[in-house]
Amino acid sequence: MYTILKSKALAPNIYEFTIRAPLVAKNAKAGQFVIVRIHEKGERIPLTIADFDKNEGTITIVFQVVGKTTHELSTLKEGDSLKDFVGPLGNPSEIERLGSVLVVGGGVGIAPIFPIARALKESGNHVIGIIGARSSDLLFWEDKVKEVCDELIVCTDDGSKGVKGFVTQAMEMVFKEKSDIKRCWAIGPLIMMKFATQVAKKYNVPITVSLNPIMVDGTGMCGACRCTVGGKTLFACSHGPEFDGTLVDFDELIKRGERFKEEEKIAWERYKSMKGGA
Amino acid sequence: MAKVRKTKVPMKEQPVEERIRNFNEVPLGYTPEEAMEEASRCLGCKDAPCVKGCPVGINIPNFIKEIKEGNFKKAIEIIKQDNSLPAICGRVCPQEDQCEKECRLNKIGEPVAIGRLERFVADWEAEQGIERPNLPPKKGIKVAVIGSGPAGLTAAGELAKMGYDVTIFEALHDTGGVLRYGIPEFRLPKRIIDREVEYIKMLGVKIEVNAIVGKTITIEQIWNDGFQAMFIGTGAGLPKFMNISGENLNGIYSANEFLTRVNLMKAYLFPEYDTPIKVGKRVAVIGGGNVAMDSVRTAKRLGAEQAMIIYRRTEKEMPARIEEIERAKEEGIIFHFLTNPVRYIGDEKGNVVAVECIRMELGEPDASGRRSPVPIPNSEFTMEVDTVVVAIGTGPNPVLLQAFPELKLNKWGYIEADPETGATSVPGVYAGGDIVTGAATVISAMGAGKRSAKAIDEYLQKKLKGGI
Repeated sequence: MYTILKSKALAPNIYEFTIRAPLVAKNAKAGQFVIVRIHEKGERIPLTIADFDKNEGTITIVFQVVGKTTHELSTLKEGDSLKDFVGPLGNPSEIERLGSVLVVGGGVGIAPIFPIARALKESGNHVIGIIGARSSDLLFWEDKVKEVCDELIVCTDDGSKGVKGFVTQAMEMVFKEKSDIKRCWAIGPLIMMKFATQVAKKYNVPITVSLNPIMVDGTGMCGACRCTVGGKTLFACSHGPEFDGTLVDFDELIKRGERFKEEEKIAWERYKSMKGGA
Repeated sequence: MAKVRKTKVPMKEQPVEERIRNFNEVPLGYTPEEAMEEASRCLGCKDAPCVKGCPVGINIPNFIKEIKEGNFKKAIEIIKQDNSLPAICGRVCPQEDQCEKECRLNKIGEPVAIGRLERFVADWEAEQGIERPNLPPKKGIKVAVIGSGPAGLTAAGELAKMGYDVTIFEALHDTGGVLRYGIPEFRLPKRIIDREVEYIKMLGVKIEVNAIVGKTITIEQIWNDGFQAMFIGTGAGLPKFMNISGENLNGIYSANEFLTRVNLMKAYLFPEYDTPIKVGKRVAVIGGGNVAMDSVRTAKRLGAEQAMIIYRRTEKEMPARIEEIERAKEEGIIFHFLTNPVRYIGDEKGNVVAVECIRMELGEPDASGRRSPVPIPNSEFTMEVDTVVVAIGTGPNPVLLQAFPELKLNKWGYIEADPETGATSVPGVYAGGDIVTGAATVISAMGAGKRSAKAIDEYLQKKLKGGI
């Protein structure tokens, strides 16, 4: 069993858990993910690693409530346990000393961009960060990300904090100002990564995105997470989760994300009615 | 001497109209009387051709003789000397290609139902409560087994019986490998796997789930933890696709995804269980092996109105067990032979709505000895489908192999291992089952696990005497 040592609500419907998983923590690197199953009847869901502490033997995950399983997860308290917590899965981010780099986290994507920014910083890069959310109440980890960035731009869609606008607009700003950015990472909703890729392409900066599609095993066995990258079918879990954004077919991924929409609704309605009745 | 009956004593089955609406096991097993009657058909041949057909070499005439005399306990003891997973083998072994194929009764009729008898005594024992066999004293030597499928469980069980301290590392959250994620409940109930795994644990084997070797634990960590040898039985878990247009449309599953959702994750009990599965009215399963049969019969049980097989050769070339093909036919599965998909057609939401196929004819025999199918020009036609399961085979999963670059692979990407011992290019590392041979049968994986256990024992004895 994997005990939840710390739990914290970061924003409405966004939670941070620190979980005891020494074996996972021991080998974890920036860019990797874990698969979580809450209980015996639960489904396996992938979550990107948001932080890890090898000495403490802990992994931090940040998740947004989007359906039954994530809601159920959010109801767990400190001291509760998860049935299964397996990882670290996928390939680590390619971290090397490049010079100036840009990391972009949108929405709940702010969390997984943090360990990448930290690793880039530790490798001696000049790290420029952009984090964004719809509004100020949905922003989190500003201080934590700031600590591992040399420069940080905060933006909100409604202007309630930082620069008003999308992260992609902030990216344009940065690219116009600085011509020496060697590489860029963007993590967030598919639609945001799609547009972030268009911006990076326009300025000729290589961009890496991190995919988190529907998965079952997370080890390359089922092919649920397959995606088209550079015209080839690859598995996000075992070939990724990070890919060259310019090669990813985002429209296909957006459609594949809807595969079980009806079933997700059934599970969610049933869960709510059972909770309501209890 | 009474005349030997020419046919097997029939085994009761769930009626078709009932079983296509549930996931319960189809054949129901023998009663003690039926088993004894079937056992009395055995001629007890001195040279026992059946044993030569068994990949683990069970003393078949002896265990059948004990059944005939009603000594069921003795019978299961004989089986367990050579096979730690009899309830599984009695159900899923292709006996018709192995032990039963060699039976002398084939000359006058049907062979002895060796598989059914094996299943009977294994189930009989479970009803009585399984006893732990006497084990030799512990040697205090650690051996790691990677994967808890049939090869890994067998190797682990055999090594534990020799006194080794065995730990199995399993990547998934539950044991059994393909036995649990691949084979449906109606063919191999999960309680049978649980029972056999429980027996392996009774032998002293430790099983660590959620432990992906190469990710959660590195090879180096295993050696540093004091393990002296290793058996790799990670299976052939990488699903193959045809790489044709539209294959990533919604509604198209690999057989691994389809079956893992239903079997391991129990999606057939959704929404009581959280993992969903979506099966439409017209389901096409591509392929002709046991996995294709399992997938199409699963689709039928999940409510498909038309559950069909699309196979590029004819019924004769199908690699699936005849018994499974027959059951599929009884259950109303539709077969499109000499047919191959060329592309999938989707709607604006990205859901598959049709498959375009081409008719095939058989040409010259290929490397496998089967006549290879050739497309007939301009014979394309379209069928409406809303769900597709691609069951055209699997390849080696690269996760462990990438983490273990010293391991020599063959030209197909599987581990190169000595066919007799499973020895790999790395001293102390043995491999067996599908990760060496490519997708094969449960029993051949078990045979490999057993042979490697013996080789590991010999290796360790030599090593600890200072010979290595």
